Amino acid sequence: MTKNLRVKSGKVIDETYRISFKFNGNTYYGFKGDTLSSALLANDVHLVGRSFKYHRPRGIMTAGSEEPNAIVQLHDKSSRTEPNVRATEVEIYEGLEASSQNCWPSVKFDIGGINNFLSPLIPAGFYYKTFMWPASFWEKYEYFIRKSAGLGKSPTEPDPDVYEHKYIHCDVLVIGSGISGIMAAKIAAKNGFKTLLVDEKPNLGGSTIYQNSDYFKINNQNSNSWLEKEINEIKKLENLEIKTRTSVAAYHGYNFLLARENLTDHLPIEQRKGKTRHRLLKIRANKVISATGSIERPMIFDNNDRPGILLSSAVKRYADLFGVACGEKCILFTNNDSAYETAISLIQKGINIEAIVDNREKVDSKLLYEVEKSNIKIFKGYTVTDTFGYKRINKISIKQLSKDGQKVVGSKISLTCDCLGVSGGWTPAVHLFTQSGGKLKFREDDQVFIPNTYPSDQISIGSCNGDFTLDEILINTPKSLKEFLNIKSTNYENLEVVSSINKSKRNIWLLPSDKVLGKTKSFVDYQNDATAKDIKLALREGFRSIEHVKRYTTTGMGTDQGKLGNMHALGIISETAGAKMGELGTTTFRPPYTPLTFGTIVGRNVGEYFDVIRKTPIHNWHEKNKAEFENVGQWKRAWYYPTENESMHQAVQRESKAARESAGILDASTLGKIDIQGTDASEFLNRVYTNAWSKLAVGKCRYGLMLNEDGMVYDDGVTTRLGENHYIMTTTTGGAANVMGKLEDYLQTEWPELDVYLTSVTDHFATVSVCGPNSKKILKKVIPDLDFSDENFPHMSFKNAKIGKINCRIMRISFTGEHSYEINIQANYGKSAWEKCMEAGKDYNITPYGTETMHLLRAEKGFIIVGQDTDATMTPIDLQMDWIVSKKKYDFIGKRSLYRSDTIKEDRKQLVGLLTEDPNEVLEEGAQIVADVNKSPIEMLGHITSSYYSPNLKKSIALGVVRGGKNMMGQKLIIPMEKKNINVTVADPVFLDKENKRLNA
Amino acid sequence: MFIINCPFCGKREQSEFKAGGEAHIVRPKQPTELSDDQWAEYLFMRKNIKGIQFERWNHAHGCRKWFNMVRDTSNDEIKAVYKMGEKPPTK
Repeated sequence: MTKNLRVKSGKVIDETYRISFKFNGNTYYGFKGDTLSSALLANDVHLVGRSFKYHRPRGIMTAGSEEPNAIVQLHDKSSRTEPNVRATEVEIYEGLEASSQNCWPSVKFDIGGINNFLSPLIPAGFYYKTFMWPASFWEKYEYFIRKSAGLGKSPTEPDPDVYEHKYIHCDVLVIGSGISGIMAAKIAAKNGFKTLLVDEKPNLGGSTIYQNSDYFKINNQNSNSWLEKEINEIKKLENLEIKTRTSVAAYHGYNFLLARENLTDHLPIEQRKGKTRHRLLKIRANKVISATGSIERPMIFDNNDRPGILLSSAVKRYADLFGVACGEKCILFTNNDSAYETAISLIQKGINIEAIVDNREKVDSKLLYEVEKSNIKIFKGYTVTDTFGYKRINKISIKQLSKDGQKVVGSKISLTCDCLGVSGGWTPAVHLFTQSGGKLKFREDDQVFIPNTYPSDQISIGSCNGDFTLDEILINTPKSLKEFLNIKSTNYENLEVVSSINKSKRNIWLLPSDKVLGKTKSFVDYQNDATAKDIKLALREGFRSIEHVKRYTTTGMGTDQGKLGNMHALGIISETAGAKMGELGTTTFRPPYTPLTFGTIVGRNVGEYFDVIRKTPIHNWHEKNKAEFENVGQWKRAWYYPTENESMHQAVQRESKAARESAGILDASTLGKIDIQGTDASEFLNRVYTNAWSKLAVGKCRYGLMLNEDGMVYDDGVTTRLGENHYIMTTTTGGAANVMGKLEDYLQTEWPELDVYLTSVTDHFATVSVCGPNSKKILKKVIPDLDFSDENFPHMSFKNAKIGKINCRIMRISFTGEHSYEINIQANYGKSAWEKCMEAGKDYNITPYGTETMHLLRAEKGFIIVGQDTDATMTPIDLQMDWIVSKKKYDFIGKRSLYRSDTIKEDRKQLVGLLTEDPNEVLEEGAQIVADVNKSPIEMLGHITSSYYSPNLKKSIALGVVRGGKNMMGQKLIIPMEKKNINVTVADPVFLDKENKRLNA
Repeated sequence: MFIINCPFCGKREQSEFKAGGEAHIVRPKQPTELSDDQWAEYLFMRKNIKGIQFERWNHAHGCRKWFNMVRDTSNDEIKAVYKMGEKPPTK
């Protein structure tokens, strides 16, 4: 049974446009302009969710982004589903489906509600304390805890929507379009500043836009009409861009801000096609004006969380803006004048007010006198002590406050109601200001934190700066803007303002009750179910820092980030611990101000645009020939080329046999290439590689090992001397960019006197590597003019040649141990060179092989792969590569580190070969290596770095690093696996052709 | 995100740059003559100051030049930028 609580046409409601939507499976109706919460309230639906820990029934509490309770799942079980959406921010559209979260089987009957009755057993820190013992049981507990925790369900299907990022540069950014933001935008734009005005709501005007009473006037007009005219005027300004539904999420240093512009969430789903859903605005503003307003405070009393309890300002907003009554028997509970503004609005709309409970004993307020005219009973000096009604408030108890506000006195009065509007005063929304690095100060008078020092060119105006009343805003805003924008005058200097609010407030952080605290549930953080009792418990248990109390009680750690209750938590801590609020400080406000979807954060960087994909010039050929690819950094490299029905293992065995027995061909284009020129090029190489380079003849190649200054292997590759002052260096595929950066760094900062020029030419060349006993014959066919005799073209040398008319460089170098050539040719001829080699190799069964076979072939020869067999803790000595470290050179990068006390230790992990007892047993890369499995704990000696089955040797081979491995040759070790222990013998890492005969075969 | 005034290119977004640690640590000219402790001092020891810090930065996605920066780490205010080899500002 639903009632219709639409009382009068609201300001933003179009009653000619009816919209149907579903909530928890029931169909309801609202009007265009409604939010989900206003539409639900119009249908008298208050119960919308269950609380996080106790599963207590919860209702709509606010009318804005600060909402802690009314968080819902939209379009459950569809690809567009979204959890944790604030019902107060959802604009309804035809077909909207929303459902409650954190309840099972339904919001009205929730099994988890039993936690509410068990609550004495689950205080703050319950999980920390209880599930600690025995430690080994945690995995079992965790399964159940995780299941019952968490709000909402994440989508399981890909997001069908499109998101984008956009940069905006402006002179002035104004955040918030309340009365002060509107004035600021107008002043800035009129004075020639390129201005951007953003507001999270769909409409401009903040709360003044519905402040329609004789008690608030500007130049003899009601404040709302005055503001409306101002808004109409600024819409015409050319210098001003206005973005609504745009919420600033983060305010970083140097006035860099992130905002989320919501473009389609208010549209029916079928109208969203082809449109961008959210746009992440990256705003760089010369000057920022924060007019973010303030958030009304709730009050902390027993059972202050029942459905039907709202902020008083929300009750007013629902009535004025949406024409909705939050109840038929409203009671307002306040410690300041704001609730009387609400009362006047409700009276105007004909909504029944049962009573007003005011903490203050004596109030001289024009608003109060006006309300009294309507014969509404006002209990002055009273407080609410308890509330009743499980799924909806139906009664409250009130008692008189003692003089000091610490106790309740007198007899209890019961009042019936179906709605309680609470006003505890206002808290400036300083979240963005503090994110930017701004420091706050505490204003004792009305117990608020306000901006104190600004870290960048920015200013806070209006109620986020502590100016809560109309007269303060209208006087202070133009004054501070004149100074901030350095302008002479504004049009707002001589306004006549009537503001009838009395500023007195009786602030009591935790209201007294007639029960002991332990028996009350006075919620401070509604979303995380943290109560005043929990905070006091934390303090009793010794927590002092607010950051610790926050984490222990989880106060302020929900999706709402404690926008409502954080101040009360601080207040209670300060009172209990006897510390001053100003000295206590606040917890850190972190971005985002309101949650962002992942889609917004990643923008267009999804799917194939997630990262740059680099393809070699020969990529299409590999694709056509059914290669499987692997990612190496950003590169796609051919991994292996399975023929029909071939497994990866079978393909690799076939490819590697072919390479050793006849001919193999590999696309090595991804190797990094750096062109090095200059009169000091040789000297430069001497300094960056461990071996000597001065004597390398022109036309010769040399393998080089590069270290970090700490002596650890950094990169390796072959460098060729192309001319007297000209080299080409190759680097590993993954290390190319870093090596280039490192070389540039040393040249620019340590050795600027060297005459050396570096150019990255990785993408300029394609590299085709042909290896195997028949490689020479194949190359001869491709390049008939070149003399391939060993005398003219020996191993480790290079020749300039032509394939057809195209220049290329041929290096005779080998990473497989076979006789082998690398053709480097201008990238756009890469595929043609490859195809020519394939054609020429037809008679020799030339077999394309991928990276997997390349790894296997080099492992047979014991050649390392930097990054696989090394891990930034391996020196060349650890790799048994002493031969490449020059003893004669005075210095090179990393030399001094090679004889630090740590690097000369005998028991460092060293690279060795490993052979399994059973030649068919292939070890798992990463597996641990031990000597004794009976010792406890088992001592770990090292791990396997490379492991393959070698078809050429017909046995399993592996490389690994073992503590003191150099001196363990022939020793038996054990690889303990889950199901068995595998016996291995330490061997020479070179498994094949130790004499290097094959290089010249 | 900072705006960094590259001494070669002018003002650019921080995302174009790479930080390179403490500035003015000169690589010893004769490393082999240093004790383990002296070498370790050069190799490992870096300051991590709350306040004015001298840093190396590289305009990695721009001119690729290294330069020095004086930055207040407490509020990220950049006090000065200057080229490699230039003396750090005294004030």
